[in-house]
Amino acid sequence: MELNANIPSGPIEKKWDQHRFEMKLVNPANKRKYTVIVVGSGLAGAAAAASMGELGYNVKCFCFQDSPRRAHSIAAQGGINAAKNYQNDGDSIYRLFYDTVKGGDFRAREANVYRLAQISVNIIDQCVAQGVPFAREYGGLLANRSFGGAQVSRTFYARGQTGQQLLLGAYQALERQVHTGKVQMFARHEMLEVIVAGGKARGIVTRNLTTGKIESHLADAVCLATGGYGNVFFLSTNAKNCNVTASWRAYKKGACFANPCYTQIHPTCIPVSGDYQSKLTLMSESLRNDGRIWVPTKSGDKRTPSEIPEDERDYYLERKYPSFGNLVPRDIASRAAKDMCDQGRGIGETGLGVYLDFADSIRRLGAKTISERYGNLFEMYERITGEDPYKVPMRIFPAVHYTMGGLWVDYNLMSSIPGLFVLGEANFSDHGANRLGASALMQGLADGYFVIPYTIGNYLAQAKLEKLDGENADVKDAENTVNARIKKMLDIKGKRTVDSIHRELGKIMWEYCGMARNESGLNKALGRIPELREEFWNNVNVLGGNEEFNQSLEKAGRVADFLELGELMCRDALHRNESCGGHFRTEYQVEGEALRNDDDYCYVGAWEYTGDRSEPKLNKEPLSFENVHLTQRSYK
Amino acid sequence: MNLVLHVWRQKNAQDKGKMVRYDAKGVSPDMSFLEMLDVVNEELIAKGEDPIAFDHDCREGICGMCGVVINGLAHGGHVGTTTCQLHMRHFSDGDEIYIEPWRAKAFPVIKDLVVDRGAFDRIIQAGGYISVATGNAPDGNAIPVPKPSSDLAMDAAACIGCGACVAACPNGAAALFTSAKISHLGLLPQGQAERFRRVVDMVQQMDTEGFGNCTNHRECEAACPKQISTDFIARMNRDYIRGSLSRRPDKVGGGDG
Amino acid sequence: MFQVLDFYKTANGKKVVMAITGLIGFGFVLIHMLGNLQVFVGQEKLDDYAKLLKSSMPILWGARLTLIGAVVLHVVASWQLAGQSEDARPVPYQKKLQKRKSTFASHSMRWTGPLLLMFIIYHLLHFTIGWKTLNLPFIEGAVYSNVVNGFKLWPVAAFYILCMLALSQHLYHGIWSLFQTLGVNHPRYNGLIRAVAALGTAVVVIGNISIPVAILAGYIK
Repeated sequence: MELNANIPSGPIEKKWDQHRFEMKLVNPANKRKYTVIVVGSGLAGAAAAASMGELGYNVKCFCFQDSPRRAHSIAAQGGINAAKNYQNDGDSIYRLFYDTVKGGDFRAREANVYRLAQISVNIIDQCVAQGVPFAREYGGLLANRSFGGAQVSRTFYARGQTGQQLLLGAYQALERQVHTGKVQMFARHEMLEVIVAGGKARGIVTRNLTTGKIESHLADAVCLATGGYGNVFFLSTNAKNCNVTASWRAYKKGACFANPCYTQIHPTCIPVSGDYQSKLTLMSESLRNDGRIWVPTKSGDKRTPSEIPEDERDYYLERKYPSFGNLVPRDIASRAAKDMCDQGRGIGETGLGVYLDFADSIRRLGAKTISERYGNLFEMYERITGEDPYKVPMRIFPAVHYTMGGLWVDYNLMSSIPGLFVLGEANFSDHGANRLGASALMQGLADGYFVIPYTIGNYLAQAKLEKLDGENADVKDAENTVNARIKKMLDIKGKRTVDSIHRELGKIMWEYCGMARNESGLNKALGRIPELREEFWNNVNVLGGNEEFNQSLEKAGRVADFLELGELMCRDALHRNESCGGHFRTEYQVEGEALRNDDDYCYVGAWEYTGDRSEPKLNKEPLSFENVHLTQRSYK
Repeated sequence: MNLVLHVWRQKNAQDKGKMVRYDAKGVSPDMSFLEMLDVVNEELIAKGEDPIAFDHDCREGICGMCGVVINGLAHGGHVGTTTCQLHMRHFSDGDEIYIEPWRAKAFPVIKDLVVDRGAFDRIIQAGGYISVATGNAPDGNAIPVPKPSSDLAMDAAACIGCGACVAACPNGAAALFTSAKISHLGLLPQGQAERFRRVVDMVQQMDTEGFGNCTNHRECEAACPKQISTDFIARMNRDYIRGSLSRRPDKVGGGDG
Repeated sequence: MFQVLDFYKTANGKKVVMAITGLIGFGFVLIHMLGNLQVFVGQEKLDDYAKLLKSSMPILWGARLTLIGAVVLHVVASWQLAGQSEDARPVPYQKKLQKRKSTFASHSMRWTGPLLLMFIIYHLLHFTIGWKTLNLPFIEGAVYSNVVNGFKLWPVAAFYILCMLALSQHLYHGIWSLFQTLGVNHPRYNGLIRAVAALGTAVVVIGNISIPVAILAGYIK
């Protein structure tokens, strides 16, 4: 397949403006003749559905939660970047662009990133106008804070609930359109298939999660804004029901899946406490400003932290990275913690954790100052673990929390299936191999509010779509596929629960395709995942029927797709013989640092489905860096 | 520890439903409440019994999807804690735990502990927004917002829409939820244009959905996992009076040629 | 006109009606209590006061109609509101909801209300109309002796005191509540509002109860 990114010509600062002028328009009277489907109601989905509704398109928006307000964007804490330069500290669109490309370890598409930086400015304006209660200075103007990977203060925030507030802004805009009738909202509906007719995406098949009814929804274009696939690891900071199903169905209908191996691991999460653990909770990265990370020097040391004397503690980050110490970037801090645990020096009952100790800071600054800075985080930690971090060191461990990979899209956010657009975390486009903090919210809203409303018109104005009805063979085929798959799952009636298989998959993925990967491990995973998939399709037990509210069935469908995605991730990780950003291959490093191979791997790896029994085909979209020069990172 | 659970089981909206007893054995104090239910469900599935349906998603207290009434207390009754963040260390060996769904006419049960909270979405649709289409916003700093207003608006905006306020209210009223959104938007300069129209429309919708009415028990405030204050209900009442008294009759026709 | 009906149609509108009529009721019981305290001054004073009240028919009937109107509206609105809340939870909790911030006063409004309504009717029959069936001593215009002879009977005094205790609960929650309903609320003054509710309640109830107590104790003869 020929991948054409459709990047407009001209200098990078002019590309988007020029493109906006050149794109075809749909006149207002004609917009109401078009129907667009939006799947997902997070920042990207809700923003897109609301904006297109405002323009006059008929929009149908779907989410599997009971309300669009619950999408997982809501859990983002820190903030949203924008190149406003309100602080007069030297920020600019170009600098945000530069930081993002560099932070992504030179694996993102320059033109997309530049557009993202340009639009960031409008996002803040839009959100303020919607009533998002961003933090303010006493003068009434917007406050900013600094965030990882940048030397300027450009992060806007609403307490520790920025994602929630931005999502509520988009949700309110969406509900306003629902009220006007331009958007039809389908909550508790899960998309299970894309309808491709005449080579174009023309609709979706959904399951009504309350009644089990399988329905086809036809449209002139389909937008997927269905988030990331971090739950392939079973344990992640994602919400329990986040899944890859929508993206995976699209992949199997011809959309390429790009860079699936790029996953981001966050270093400061609360460790797993037992086999029953269902998800991991993120603690803000800011804790590393005052906390010192350590493990015992001896392996298998089971004493309580207070019994371990100072000279038997290893402050390994300070030892290995004297100039950055505890503040090394996320990927490095995460890998170092894993290293310690692999050496048997991990702490806690499971041995999977390291200490984050505030004793020194409390001694130096007093408990009051520490409480002012981190009080709410300490409370949250105590609520979950029952331990008081003022008295005993926190236990932390890295966890999966974002996936940079996703469906391949061109500059217009259109996938390799014409008419199928992909927005937000579900696409691959803007973060390269590593995402900077406070950039996910920016990307979701940029795609939804300011990119798709333009590019969808350009597509529709030229698409020349044929009339389609529910009796069309392609539509019936899609419905039959869905029904057959559900029947197959319900008929297995085996011995194992869906969760037990998902957990097992998660362990394989974490072990071999997690923070650090190598050839032999990935090969092992590539052997075991198909076996586990066999096990699933022969021995899973899904109780109940289709025509009812059935959470086991919902989970089973999602896990079935994860079992296929996991294999593709390992395949991608295995083929990429370099380390970059969130993809760390132990064979490719210089003194513990990721070693990129720009000669051979400076491209987007977009996988094309060729059938269940054949290997996927790798398509390459070469990346060229004309504005930011390729360099190597070092934090020693 | 071992626990005895009494769980509300109801096959679907039409079913009458009843409490069913389950034994939860070997519960770890480090489990969250929902993880305890996960474990019970795994055992039920192994026995070929229908697992207990309950809503949940983020499991970190922000999405608002989870929520059950535990021993007569919405979310289990710990300050500022959602069901997903409630941990089993707050229970003791041998405890009997009664688990029920949010009960309100406006929140019909879908299955077991799962209810339909679409009524909240429809209250927002009635006016819980600022009408600003994408693209026509002035610069973010064009309108200064006094920090105290912004902070208070944020207190109200912290609502996660979980419905615990309705569940805990002896009257099944949605006043706290509705007033939180009205206050969030009404406190900001951006929300002034539609302030009085918004409050009247949203309050009317609250009745249409079949919620009860507020008699100032303040149980909602106690149950709210985001500790939203009933002061916002007074603010809603104040704006409602002003809005109702000053509302002009709707004009029919016209058009701008 | 129809806007007024629209306003009343919502629960919030009815609550405002309850708040305002409740405020009228509170104003009345406060003045009524102050007037009654003249029983401690003597027979002449109280009987003169009663004559004064009845000296102008338009004012008397104006006041009476306002009060009757307020009571009717208060009762009708509360009836409708209670019905709405009843309907709002068709399936009850199997394990009763636990109380965390609500009080005995807030929960007892639904029965202190009807009790007080019955009391008002009985009280009017006793002291204003002098309904024979009650078999209580009553002489038209002789307020002082009616009060003293009435309260000398301990069941009459006991029922009166019981109703005043119910009134205390009703007033305490009602006064605080009406501020909330009318939107008078500010963190700076909320403590003051609570204090006003408590003080207003205490004054009315202690003032009223002091009369039968004094009569039973033989202080007033």
